[in-house]
Amino acid sequence: MIQRNPLKRREPLTDTILLTTISIFIFFAMYFAAMQIWGAGFLRWQRVFDMLNDNAALIIVACGLTIVMIGGGIDISVGGVISLVVMCCIVHLNSGGTILTAALLAIGIGLAFGVTQGFLISYLEIQPFIITLAGMFFARGMTTIVSVKPQKVAHEAFNALRAERIEFDALGYFTKKGKLIPARAEIGVVVALVILLLIFIMLRKTKLGRGFYAIGGNSNSALMLGVNVKRTRFISYTISGLLSGIAGFVFMMHTGAGNATNAAGAEMNAIASAIIGGTLLSGGVGNVIGTFFGVMILATINAIVTTSGLSAGAPWWQEITVGAMLCFFILLQSVVLSLRGKGGFKRMIPKWMQGSKQ
Amino acid sequence: MQDKILLSMRGIGKNFPGVRALHNVDFTLRAGEIHALMGENGAGKSTLIKVLTGVYGKDAGTISIEGKEVFIRSPQDAQKAGISTVYQEITLCPNLTVAENMFIGRDKNVLVGWGKRYRRAGEILRNLNIPARPRQQLGACSLAVQQMVAIARAVDMDCKVLILDEPTSSLDDKEVEMLFTLMRDLRSQGVGIIFVTHFLEQVYAVSDRITVLRNGELVGEYEVENLPQVELVAKMMGKELQGLSDLKQDDNEAAFTGTPVYEVAHLTSTTGIAPFDFSIRKGEVNGFTGLLGSGRSESVRAIFGADRVSGGTVQVEGKKARISNPKQAMKRGIGYLPEDRKADGIIADLSVRENIILALQVMKGFFHPLSQKEQDAFVDEYIRALDIKTASADTPIKSLSGGNQQKVILARWLLTHPKYLILDEPTRGIDVGTKTEIQRLVRRLAKDGMSVTFISSEIEEMLRTCSRLIVMRDRRIVGELRGTKLSQDNVMRTIAGGEQ
Repeated sequence: MIQRNPLKRREPLTDTILLTTISIFIFFAMYFAAMQIWGAGFLRWQRVFDMLNDNAALIIVACGLTIVMIGGGIDISVGGVISLVVMCCIVHLNSGGTILTAALLAIGIGLAFGVTQGFLISYLEIQPFIITLAGMFFARGMTTIVSVKPQKVAHEAFNALRAERIEFDALGYFTKKGKLIPARAEIGVVVALVILLLIFIMLRKTKLGRGFYAIGGNSNSALMLGVNVKRTRFISYTISGLLSGIAGFVFMMHTGAGNATNAAGAEMNAIASAIIGGTLLSGGVGNVIGTFFGVMILATINAIVTTSGLSAGAPWWQEITVGAMLCFFILLQSVVLSLRGKGGFKRMIPKWMQGSKQ
Repeated sequence: MQDKILLSMRGIGKNFPGVRALHNVDFTLRAGEIHALMGENGAGKSTLIKVLTGVYGKDAGTISIEGKEVFIRSPQDAQKAGISTVYQEITLCPNLTVAENMFIGRDKNVLVGWGKRYRRAGEILRNLNIPARPRQQLGACSLAVQQMVAIARAVDMDCKVLILDEPTSSLDDKEVEMLFTLMRDLRSQGVGIIFVTHFLEQVYAVSDRITVLRNGELVGEYEVENLPQVELVAKMMGKELQGLSDLKQDDNEAAFTGTPVYEVAHLTSTTGIAPFDFSIRKGEVNGFTGLLGSGRSESVRAIFGADRVSGGTVQVEGKKARISNPKQAMKRGIGYLPEDRKADGIIADLSVRENIILALQVMKGFFHPLSQKEQDAFVDEYIRALDIKTASADTPIKSLSGGNQQKVILARWLLTHPKYLILDEPTRGIDVGTKTEIQRLVRRLAKDGMSVTFISSEIEEMLRTCSRLIVMRDRRIVGELRGTKLSQDNVMRTIAGGEQ
């Protein structure tokens, strides 16, 4: 009954790690399948870098959402906040602002949303869906007040920064004439990966990070265990707000322009990425590494649909595929978790993965 | 066993608006003992525990630990004073690992030291012989192990007083034994354990002393060896053993000769009651009796299909039947008045009329609505027949008194003309006048040929109303009493296991 030598035996995976592993596996499976079938573009590292370049902002905002969702909440204001940040920053840059003040403005707007929503949700105990829905409408409305017309950044220093690329010779490829084309990444990607790393460490290694898991697992228990539930929840929304501000700035660095429908549906993409990456909507389970691969899975679907030529005549294929994937993932998660709960997991996965019962 | 007094509560009093929950209660816990706190529903056990753990403030009395008076105003104060509680529902996070559950919320540093945490958790679990591994996800452990992890957490927090509030209600026999071993270990380490439970045998299996409360007052503190089970039951119920048999009996033997309306063999449900046989004849009033938690409600819920039935055969009027949900039971002519009126019975915002019509409407199906005229006729008839005191049939039921709400639910079932009616605690929390009215009504219904199963915590009431009593204890039927054997004395002896 008692395992006398726990070191000799591998512990079964926790739900978080199991679901993350599944999404990483699916990403690689999809990507290798794409390499086999469509070859060419998928064989080059630049394809991966393009996926990162296009989705840097999404990675950042999805990290924030992962934290909120681990804590058992939801934040659908993030797309609206991105669009507001983009519009405000462009107007600010074009009317004589500096890059530094624009960055501060982006962070300020994000924090303002995060703090307000976090306060209403945690301390006044209003439904997070309602509050952040209101936040979304508010931010979208404000965007059109700032500028109805589409705007383009006309700030030289910023445009120079925007054009900056980090080159990786080793990951490049040679053209037919023998010229090396290095793989190029935008600065936003670096920002996104640094944030990803910081949040990964925070979730894993800090008291605060573990608090998110506790309140999402069972907020009543967390309270009894001595976790400051309200403050922890407040911080989760604040971080999400802050990250959507930063994501807005990164988004602007990528597009260099903005209009009232900026980042339309970004919140839904972020939620989808988190779920595909193994974060449970019910809270307590999830991981930003999984979320990163969730974003990459969405990006791969996108690339496959484009490459296979489906999107030319029928642009809806991408959304249909994403919808089907999302459905599949949620089904997979609940099947995996429920089988595991019943101890009926034995036939499906290796022994060290099983949830053991005494 | 040491005799050092660890915790002493003196003259504890607690009032809630209109209710005196605790009055002048003393409680003493010695170091290295397991002390059972016993009492029926409403005796004040949980209030006393909540006062001790700082959930409620006390209105009178003093609490001292190791001779020093302490003031406990919040659960945090209680923890600081060395009092830890493990509740019936496990208050841990199933998504985290065992080790993490033991340490979360207690860190002083911002960073979490995983290696140290796992090592420390491993040590504690090994010392206490708990079959869990630090890196295991808590949700993958059995309930008993989860409970033990909660205890391990408490022990590591240097608790002197450990309160176990109904820790065994969802455990099986083997798991209970594991828990008891742990409790004995802790006792030998000098921890004082307060054990709240309603399982008599478990009390006798591990406890050193028993304190009995009744109606918010202290009945007494006893050494286990000096208190036979039957006396414990008597003390909890507040009846002396002698001179109790002079209650009025108005039994008709006819009730035992009719045809069985409803009969089950080896019925059991997922709530963990032992398989039981049961039958009821036309015009019979019988009852399930036993202490709180003995399985009386679970039994009738299984009969009605309200819990998931996991085995057994059912015969209704001699024919085999399948009853796996309340609607099937209703179709077979069975009605059920649930124990928890607020949660299971009334729909607070609907009118008296709608509440009465509900069951009949469900039986007829929602595609065959009753006309307004039919509804009025039915409702008026039953409001008159049961003397329901309401301003009008359209008054929301929540504005009626408890007794009248109960009558409305009764009317709801009577309207469906059941052959067999189950009343689970129909008289709880209602005044004496209405109580006797309901008892009389039950007898009258039986005379008209309806079979009734009646459950009540008050034994006198059961003896007055039922002609046959089925006695339960620890989730199984331990005896059946009828005719001249129906006496309070016999009921208590049977509950305590003294006589079959």
